[in-house]
Amino acid sequence: MPWIVKNLWLIPALPMLAAGLTALAPQRCRKFAASLAIGSMVGAFLLSLCAFARALQIGPHGPKDFYNFDWLQFAAGAPGVLQLGWVLDPLTAVMLVMVTFVGLLIFIYSVGYMAHDENFTRFFTFLSLFAGAMLGVVIANSLLLLFICWELVGLTSYLLIGFWYHRPSAAAAAKKAFITTRVGDVFFFLGMMWLYHEAGTLLFYDEGRGCLEQGALIGMVAQTTSLGLAVSTCIGLLIFAGAVGKSGQVPLHVWLPDAMEGPTPVSALIHAATMVAAGVFLVARVFPLMAAHPEGAAAETTALQAVTWIGAITAVFAASIAVAQNDIKRILAYSTVSQLGYMMMGLGTGGVAVGMFHLITHAFFKALLFMGAGSVIHGCHEEQDIRRMGGIKKYMPITFATYAVGMLALAGFPLFFSGFWSKDEILHAAHGWPVSHVPFYLGVAGAFLTAFYMTRQVALVFFGNNRSEALPSRSTHEAKEAHDKSHAPNAGGHAAAEDSRAPHESPPVMTWPLIILAACAIGLSVIGTPAWPWFQSFLGAHHAEGFTAGVVKLMVISALIVFAGLGLGWWLYGRKPSQNADEPDVLEKLPLGMHTWFARKYGIDELYELTVIRFNAWSARACAFLDQWIWGGAVALVSYLMLGFSWVSRAFDEFVINLGFDQSCGGVTRGGRMMSRFQDGRVQNYLRILGAGLVALVLFLIWGGGK
Amino acid sequence: MNELPILTIITLLPLVSGIVVAGLGEHRKLARGLALTSSFLSLALVLGLWRSFDGNSGLLQFVEGPHAWIPTLGVQYYLGVDGLGLLMVLLTALVVPMSLLASGRVADRPHVYYGLVLFLQAGLVGTFTALNFFHWFIFWELSLIPAFFLVRLWGGAARAAAATQFFVYTMVGSIAMLLAFLAIFLATSEPGQPGVFDFITLADMARSGTLEQLLPAKLGWIDLTARKLLLVVFGGALLGFAVKVPMMPFHTWLPAAYSEASSPVTMLLTGVMSKMGVYGFVRILLPIFPQHINWMLTPLLWLAVITIVFSACAAFAQRDLKRMLAYSSINHLGYCLLAVFAVAKFTNAPQFATEKAAALNGVFLQMFNHGLTAAALFWFVALIEQRSGGLRGLNDFGGLRKVAPIFCGLMGIALFSSLGLPGLNGFVGEFLIFKGVFPLAPWAAAFSVIGLLVTAIFILTILQRVFNGPLNEKWSKFPDLTLGEIALLIIPIALMFVLGLYPRLVLDVINATAVQMVEQLKF
Repeated sequence: MPWIVKNLWLIPALPMLAAGLTALAPQRCRKFAASLAIGSMVGAFLLSLCAFARALQIGPHGPKDFYNFDWLQFAAGAPGVLQLGWVLDPLTAVMLVMVTFVGLLIFIYSVGYMAHDENFTRFFTFLSLFAGAMLGVVIANSLLLLFICWELVGLTSYLLIGFWYHRPSAAAAAKKAFITTRVGDVFFFLGMMWLYHEAGTLLFYDEGRGCLEQGALIGMVAQTTSLGLAVSTCIGLLIFAGAVGKSGQVPLHVWLPDAMEGPTPVSALIHAATMVAAGVFLVARVFPLMAAHPEGAAAETTALQAVTWIGAITAVFAASIAVAQNDIKRILAYSTVSQLGYMMMGLGTGGVAVGMFHLITHAFFKALLFMGAGSVIHGCHEEQDIRRMGGIKKYMPITFATYAVGMLALAGFPLFFSGFWSKDEILHAAHGWPVSHVPFYLGVAGAFLTAFYMTRQVALVFFGNNRSEALPSRSTHEAKEAHDKSHAPNAGGHAAAEDSRAPHESPPVMTWPLIILAACAIGLSVIGTPAWPWFQSFLGAHHAEGFTAGVVKLMVISALIVFAGLGLGWWLYGRKPSQNADEPDVLEKLPLGMHTWFARKYGIDELYELTVIRFNAWSARACAFLDQWIWGGAVALVSYLMLGFSWVSRAFDEFVINLGFDQSCGGVTRGGRMMSRFQDGRVQNYLRILGAGLVALVLFLIWGGGK
Repeated sequence: MNELPILTIITLLPLVSGIVVAGLGEHRKLARGLALTSSFLSLALVLGLWRSFDGNSGLLQFVEGPHAWIPTLGVQYYLGVDGLGLLMVLLTALVVPMSLLASGRVADRPHVYYGLVLFLQAGLVGTFTALNFFHWFIFWELSLIPAFFLVRLWGGAARAAAATQFFVYTMVGSIAMLLAFLAIFLATSEPGQPGVFDFITLADMARSGTLEQLLPAKLGWIDLTARKLLLVVFGGALLGFAVKVPMMPFHTWLPAAYSEASSPVTMLLTGVMSKMGVYGFVRILLPIFPQHINWMLTPLLWLAVITIVFSACAAFAQRDLKRMLAYSSINHLGYCLLAVFAVAKFTNAPQFATEKAAALNGVFLQMFNHGLTAAALFWFVALIEQRSGGLRGLNDFGGLRKVAPIFCGLMGIALFSSLGLPGLNGFVGEFLIFKGVFPLAPWAAAFSVIGLLVTAIFILTILQRVFNGPLNEKWSKFPDLTLGEIALLIIPIALMFVLGLYPRLVLDVINATAVQMVEQLKF
């Protein structure tokens, strides 16, 4: 076994170790914490490259590299041994490289972004813990190990969303995120239990005995449940519910936009590039289970159909909400939800390679966009409302250039940007999906909306005039206070700019990661074009089409859609920029109050507030009531009955028994008193009685004995 | 056995030191020092026992007896531990010093207080090691008396009612159980030969079906069908344990007792005393009444599910930290009940042996983990009360993280352990329980996961209201943990990590016992 396979655990262990050490370090050890965290990520990145090289060497169809070990024994014999382990295959390898590389850049960026935060050290503890857990998800060769790391990832997400815990909104958002994802995790947990029972193991690969290998799959496909679905499909659906929660798919998407309460590097790392993609990764990992179907049946199992539909609906649903948002990070958050929907759709229609390619390209350009947004927010003194920005391009040229690259990649600008190729791949797969064409049309609509809202955002943020001075509502004083409070960096060496209230460019420690990510957002297109689908074949897909007529036709269509979105966006927002932050949005003229629906996110939050949350509160009150009054009441009733009974018996005692008793006692007392006269301790009396008794006895014997 | 009667020593040590401490009179420091010394000595002894225990065997070890005690009644002095008993003895030995350490503020009659805690420890150890019903029952009841006085004398404002309710409730259950066992005793007695009080013999008789025949045959004077009679006897025994765990609807004493008792006493109540009930379920009900559980399986599983879900919901409705944690305790032990009932399910398919062993191992782990975590949590509450002058409402605080980061960090870890976060101890037990229960009773497992979800909700609510949010200015001087407190608290916290990451530490000791119990359940 090669060294890297045996020691793959080092990759998550390094950041974990850094997390442990920085957790023990006092707050003032800022340099130590940052350098330790970054150093561990460098180490993890280098090891990931080694792992990648090994995966290249083996290729997608070679034997799986894995290493399993006994974790615990819970029953007799071999079936009672619970094994964990890790696996190194192309899927692991590309995720490892992506997570460590993007993570490393975001760590570096955070040094600048969080420079003035008093909890700087703790921030790096949580970030490192996150990186370790996420890498654990990636390498796990056991659904249980994956679940363990999955929950830890959720924990760090909770901690980091609530990093500025003194803000009530952050504390609430953190809780919401954890609980919403846990709703999905509960189903995931049940699916895992079911899988464990059916397959007898939770290991993915174990020389033919794993739960994703032929033997187990055949067994699970053969059985059907009472719903008429194969067991494998039911398990797949339950596991997918976990992915829905983590990846913010409809209907569990509500937490992700709120998660933007966390510091921006967190949004970039966790809520854009890596953790939210873990759901997509999970589906990719258990893909053989989701896709397992009996010989001769359609390859589109119910599980994969569910993945496709949920993904497609999410893609267009979230994109339409993004159109009407005004918070720069929330637009990106809804965009993330929408793009995750695309990935799911890609997995459902085209398989692992299609979904994963979009996951990887999206990770780069979305991290880029979030970090660019962070740079803008920081440059604009903690302003997040795009209506109050404008014309920032001239103040922040590097941020603008890199942001533009990210925006074009996300919008899917043809040929030069990675997002175009990965999205096109998904649309192509959806187009060829035999079940229905609706997901394809939803995807196309989503692509149009994506181009549109990104153009709107960029036009409002970077072009036109700066509208921040024209604010009647939020005074600069307030803004400054917010700036001081949230401890964001004020960029060393920019003290002069700080005073002038003008937006300013961020320091190099923040801009360099942007530049590198921008380069990747363009450069990654090379590895997945139809001309040279290296990425797809590395993940085991069979793509030999090249630029066929069908492919080119779709490319042209999607390019036209993107141009339409970009054009409309520019026509509405870029052509004659608004002068005032309070001007109504042009989309408010849309019929049927559509804009209101978009802006209010279709009222889903309110709906949940009215139904789920109210039901939860109601059932809690009902249980408490039941407890206090019904059960407690029954107990109280019994105790009062007992008390009443005691009173009755006491009365009976006092007046019936005691009276009689006292009477008889009186008798006894009198008798006793009389008797006690005989026992007064005087010897002469005793002797007198003794003598009398003796006389009586003698008389008795004389008279009686004669007979 | 000619070896040192180590179990007797472990039982008598706290009893004797309790008498000494109580007899000392009002020497606070001396009493505390002696009590702590005794409890640490017990811990050392139990750790020694743990080391020399053979984990590969599921049989009873360190057996003493059976020595005849009251031969005419078949009462024997019969002690021994298997993996389960040993684990519970260890838990007792761990939680008692934790509770003693947390009781630093006891000023009122400290010698009595410390003496009673040690008496309680003796009662608990006796319960977990005795193998004869009579002997066991003495300790079972004996532990109730110090617990009653500890609640009654050192509790909060409404302690009198809470203590009385606690005592009477438990007593009713105990009497029902006693009657059930007297019935069995009568049924098993032959002319000139006393009946059977010995758990192991009774289990053997239950397995061979003798008990089932004897009961109706001997107790024919009761005008009931055989099946009903058996169920009445079973119901009596069940009630005793169901009150102790508690299982809904026999739980109403618990929130009052746990919240009115002073927090160190609550540590003992929830940490160890609640385990007596589950221990009884596993040690006594499961081997002696497996058929009866099986007859009543569906309603019993429903009761377990209701216990799990209702208590979690009720916890969410509370506004007092101690009451929340009290309901959370019911919830956590509900998973144990669920597993115990599922294990009794009649099935002969061989693969279910694995699932049953998993569930039983899960129960043992959950008992230990809950004891550790709940005791730690009430310890933290005790520290909050010390700092806040007795306040412990959910809405009395806010933003404590700012002034007491270490306190909030460590208590946060304990709360997440209670939530069942993987990587900490709580998860492994719950995982194994669900692993076992899901195939045996899928619907019960599916409903029970609601409890997992609601637990997360109320625990995060605690974190949100108490630790997060803007700092409540009233507490701007809230002191963080002192170095000494950190040094003490770090031990349970470290154990949570160790058991979460390396559960073999415990599992290797209990696994053989669980396997053996499942083996003997085949009927």
